[in-house]
Amino acid sequence: MIKSLHKRKSELANSNKQVEFLSNGIFKGGELATFNTKIAETNQFPLRPKKLEILQINLGYMCNQVCEHCHVDAGPDRKEIMTKETMLHCLDVIKTTNAHTLDLTGGAPEMNPNFRWFVDEASKAGIKDFIVRSNLTILRANKKYYDLPEFFKNHNIHVISSMPHWTKGKTDKQRGSGVFDKSIKALEELNAIGYGMPNSSLKLDLVYNPSGAFLPGNQVALEKDFKKALHDDFGIQFHNLFAITNLPISRFLDYLIASENYEDYMYALVEAYNPEAVKNVMCTNTISVSWDGFLYDCDFNQMLELPVSSKVKHISEYNEEQLQERTIITSQHCYGCTAGAGSSCQGNIIPA
Amino acid sequence: MQKTYYDPADLKKFGKISEWNEELGSKFFEYYNSVFMEGNLSEREKSLIALAVSHTIQCPYCIDAYTGDGLQRGITKEEMMEALHVAAAIRGGASLVHGVQMMNKVNKLEM
Repeated sequence: MIKSLHKRKSELANSNKQVEFLSNGIFKGGELATFNTKIAETNQFPLRPKKLEILQINLGYMCNQVCEHCHVDAGPDRKEIMTKETMLHCLDVIKTTNAHTLDLTGGAPEMNPNFRWFVDEASKAGIKDFIVRSNLTILRANKKYYDLPEFFKNHNIHVISSMPHWTKGKTDKQRGSGVFDKSIKALEELNAIGYGMPNSSLKLDLVYNPSGAFLPGNQVALEKDFKKALHDDFGIQFHNLFAITNLPISRFLDYLIASENYEDYMYALVEAYNPEAVKNVMCTNTISVSWDGFLYDCDFNQMLELPVSSKVKHISEYNEEQLQERTIITSQHCYGCTAGAGSSCQGNIIPA
Repeated sequence: MQKTYYDPADLKKFGKISEWNEELGSKFFEYYNSVFMEGNLSEREKSLIALAVSHTIQCPYCIDAYTGDGLQRGITKEEMMEALHVAAAIRGGASLVHGVQMMNKVNKLEM
């Protein structure tokens, strides 16, 4: 198992270094336009929020996996975990927010010791779409997690899980040895209790990230191929596939630099830039909350430690109206969300 | 003068071909894009055919383009290599099948 950048004491574990790297080189010399210059061409700078739809809460960076592309730099060695006190602040917000979607992520959010209590309490608020981003293998990692599928079902949780390919080779290469087999087992268990079945209200969606320095292909075509292969090979069913572009930050940035793919990848992102995608990029309808309660425009800005540009900085002082007045912090990594059909935690921004 | 005949950066300039003949360039790219759209064959199948043909005609631009295209479509390296062996088999077979011509000639001339 590889180690996190933090454990390796890599220079890129420092988010300031990442931001600095992304602002220099091909972007400093003007070889490629900076993101802010690019969106200004269509009068979209600065980006401003629209109606808040999604409250995304990161319960901690601890994870049982260490994926090569992880933008969180998550892993078993990360100790940043949301406390119960911060969760209580989050619950106050969940009860009053206008957002229709609550999205719990990590790391592996299930590894937070107060995860079940938090889900119990949060589900009482009656939010329309309650998502848990599960890496699947956690459901098979330890006996104490074996009943999580039933727990999800009892709380009508919408499960979104990562699955980089329908073959073992590609999946294990990105996510670690043995991940594919465990993920298949977890998907079979979720299917067995109704998740992902054609007419089931128990939603099960998969997330596809390219396993390398290339952009995702057509989401509809990939979904078709995933559905056929997983059904033919294992009898597995799911609802939607979200094709997500890897953003050039954290471990994926480290990989791009080490493999000498960084410049070509940035060129590919800039060439695929689509001004239409900018209009609905996810930071315009999302607030991201970090494990320690600070507020960000998106999960990526959280990892780069670029907080919201607002007087309201922390969940304990949350004020939705005031947050809606902010401008969104953007930089070169944002090209990852505006390439082609656009990319967000809900997949393509522009529907096929 | 550039030191190599092929420059990877030139692939990105392919569209500029139209600048010196707008009508024919546009017609070509319209045709090209139509060819690769889903039809009786899927876009995925067409991508694999393109990759195999790229190797047959030994076009570095095309190999670059359709290797990347295949990865984006989730095509595995095993599938790509199988497609290349189809190209290699046809190309090798095309040489070898001419052996029949050689044999005919030998049989005609030898006592």
